[in-house]
Amino acid sequence: MKRREFFTLTVGGVLIYTLNRQALWLNAAETPVKVPLRFFTANEARTIAAACERIFPSDETGPGAKEAGVVIYIDRQLAGPYGRDEFRYTKGPFIETDPSFGGYQGKESPQQIYRAGIKLLGNDFAGLMPTQQDEQLRQIEKTLFFQMLRDHTLEGMFCDPLHGGNADLVGWQLIGYPGPVMSWRSAIAVYNKGEAYRPAPVSLEQILGVRIKGIEEE
Amino acid sequence: MVTMPRADVVIVGAGWTGLVMAKEIATRTPLSVVVLERGGQVRTMAQYAAGMDELDFVIRLRMKQNIAEQPYTHRRAPNETAKPVRQWGAFQQGIGVGGEGEAWSGTTPRFLPEQFELASHLRRKYGSRLPDDLSVQDWGFTYGELEPYYWRAEQMLGLSGKAGNLRGKKVPGGNVFEGPRSHEYPLPPHPYPYLAVLFEKGTKELGYHPFPLPAATPSGVYTNPDGVTRPPCQYCGHCGLYGCMIGAKATPTSTMLPIIKTKRNVTLRTRSWVRRVIHRNGKAEGVVYVDAAGKEVMQPADVVVLSSWSMNNVSRLMLSGIGDPYDPNTGKGTLGKNFTTEVGGSTDVFFDKPLNGFIGGGGVGNAIGDFVGDPPDADVSAGVFRGGLIRTLLGGQSPITAFGRVPQGEVKSNWGAEWKKAGINWYDRQLSVQANASHFAYRQNYVDLDPTYTDKWGDPVLRVTMNWTDHEVRQSRMLGRVQQAIATAMGAKAHSFRGNQQPYDASRAHDTHVQGGAIMGNSPETSVVNTWLQHWKMPNLWVVGGSAFPQNESNPTLTLIALTYRAVDALIDRYFKKPGALA
Repeated sequence: MKRREFFTLTVGGVLIYTLNRQALWLNAAETPVKVPLRFFTANEARTIAAACERIFPSDETGPGAKEAGVVIYIDRQLAGPYGRDEFRYTKGPFIETDPSFGGYQGKESPQQIYRAGIKLLGNDFAGLMPTQQDEQLRQIEKTLFFQMLRDHTLEGMFCDPLHGGNADLVGWQLIGYPGPVMSWRSAIAVYNKGEAYRPAPVSLEQILGVRIKGIEEE
Repeated sequence: MVTMPRADVVIVGAGWTGLVMAKEIATRTPLSVVVLERGGQVRTMAQYAAGMDELDFVIRLRMKQNIAEQPYTHRRAPNETAKPVRQWGAFQQGIGVGGEGEAWSGTTPRFLPEQFELASHLRRKYGSRLPDDLSVQDWGFTYGELEPYYWRAEQMLGLSGKAGNLRGKKVPGGNVFEGPRSHEYPLPPHPYPYLAVLFEKGTKELGYHPFPLPAATPSGVYTNPDGVTRPPCQYCGHCGLYGCMIGAKATPTSTMLPIIKTKRNVTLRTRSWVRRVIHRNGKAEGVVYVDAAGKEVMQPADVVVLSSWSMNNVSRLMLSGIGDPYDPNTGKGTLGKNFTTEVGGSTDVFFDKPLNGFIGGGGVGNAIGDFVGDPPDADVSAGVFRGGLIRTLLGGQSPITAFGRVPQGEVKSNWGAEWKKAGINWYDRQLSVQANASHFAYRQNYVDLDPTYTDKWGDPVLRVTMNWTDHEVRQSRMLGRVQQAIATAMGAKAHSFRGNQQPYDASRAHDTHVQGGAIMGNSPETSVVNTWLQHWKMPNLWVVGGSAFPQNESNPTLTLIALTYRAVDALIDRYFKKPGALA
């Protein structure tokens, strides 16, 4: 069996908005955490983390892909049934003419598309300057790999933390999404006048008090 | 092959139609009923609560059948090679006990009276101005005949809403364009979130007639005539694509299952995939299915009811060699014709104030009925012959799917710092107004079996031949024009409309609504089943579901349940007493 590799990152944090909606980001998790990887090698994870950080950067508007732990989310999705292409019809023949019609018709699984995409970005992508990284990403913008990476970055930013992304709910804090709260019955006709209603976000596991397994664990 | 003990009735599919049939037969007769369902065990409310997860349920579509097991193929015209839809696009089918009925959003308008005589209505009104490839048909009965069944379905579901036409008397505040109702809705409408408040104000300013959407989520505690009590909707914002964590939403498991469970004459068998109806000399003898262990099983029965997903009803008939496949070149044959979906188009609307879009529920919000049915004269002159409902979309905004919608032209890219900043700013300041519009049937839009692609058991999958015609593009554009005027009247800072574009691409569409292929009518020359949904050529085979619609008007489920009540009454009150053809 392949030796499991790890990725070291600093995730999470608490976001506070000042009165004029400036985001103040208090980094609660000063100590880096070592996360075991399920699909990526440590090198691959570094490349993907760097690319996700350009897609959803950490900047003055608030935390981004790095703090949400998006790369951990993607690693888990790729190691699971989605990455193995178990949610797609994969019988042939594969008709790849006229790609404008019928969506993605290829043979390659998300795992294979990522492996090839990472090669395309090159070994030293993580070490490039942000402007160089942006330039390189713009060149592959139309590829299926990049479109997947862009969508997966959004998913990792805003999914329930049970999937490994949105660490400490930084994504939900950023946009004021309160999480899967079971009832807004007392709020619906109160907060319907154009004022922001922003209860502090809670995750599904916090609400239910039980551990929940995502589809990637199957 | 194992052969099970004979049942009086075997029902294929445990969604809305299958479980309504099972419940009615089980409570009104002593007959034995076996219900066969492809999916797994009944899901509990606790499981639905643990499923309030956008990633697994909206992105990975956990309530839907895994398309890897059975796709369909799509081509736009008969001279094309169809490609399999490899990841869910249009016609996402639910799976498991309750089927798509577990994950619907419960928007439940009635169809207009003229819909049931649409071919006659259009001919009378527009004559030779109509497109010549139209194949719309009359349903074979009138709205008046269906009205009692509509009312029965509305009581069972516990609809919240406000009538706009009570026995012919127009009631302001309801949908004054609807057909006459015998009764007010069982429950009052839901309260309005901010978007609906703005929609009401804006549409009134334009002279339209806004009304609260009828919804299959109760606005208060509700006990239906079957004695089933459900709690009120909590507006949790996890409705369509999710199960209901408290059983408030009307679903087959929250309305039918509590009764079916108490009946000893019903057996529900899950993980049972029906492949064929077995028949001899014009009589169905039962069905063959693959069980959980992968073994083929014969279930003999006196009556076979196909009540699966529209497309599966049609493919079961084709795979079993029952009926005459439709040929679009000659117009001969009936099985597979009049395949329809729904016309739409939606407008993203952007405001300078927060909308609190996470609060919502299926059917919450409002609509105008001013453009359902016959369009304004100016649009008829421009070649539009049918409109649709225009409504707010307030099922509950979730972050993965909603983040990043910003006014057109505001940012250059859909990734990076500039986009992120705009996305954060607009996240809770945008929602949508959309159309649920009538889709005509056309001679060239039909289904048959694909010659190449197969499902997990090796059976050919259904091949959809369908394209938008110019009519649907014009129709969508007309409804878009109205949506944009409404957006402006609502005070939107920006809006962007996405309409139906040619060519149609099933891999990129998202509508669940899918009808036709085994349509009902007054003659075996033009339909597969009679108006009781009994097969014309096989009186002990009933084909119940959206497959029976000659064409679609909008959200189909309420009409589908009303048709099921009408069918099961005929089965129980007439057929069981004297088996044979009812028409």
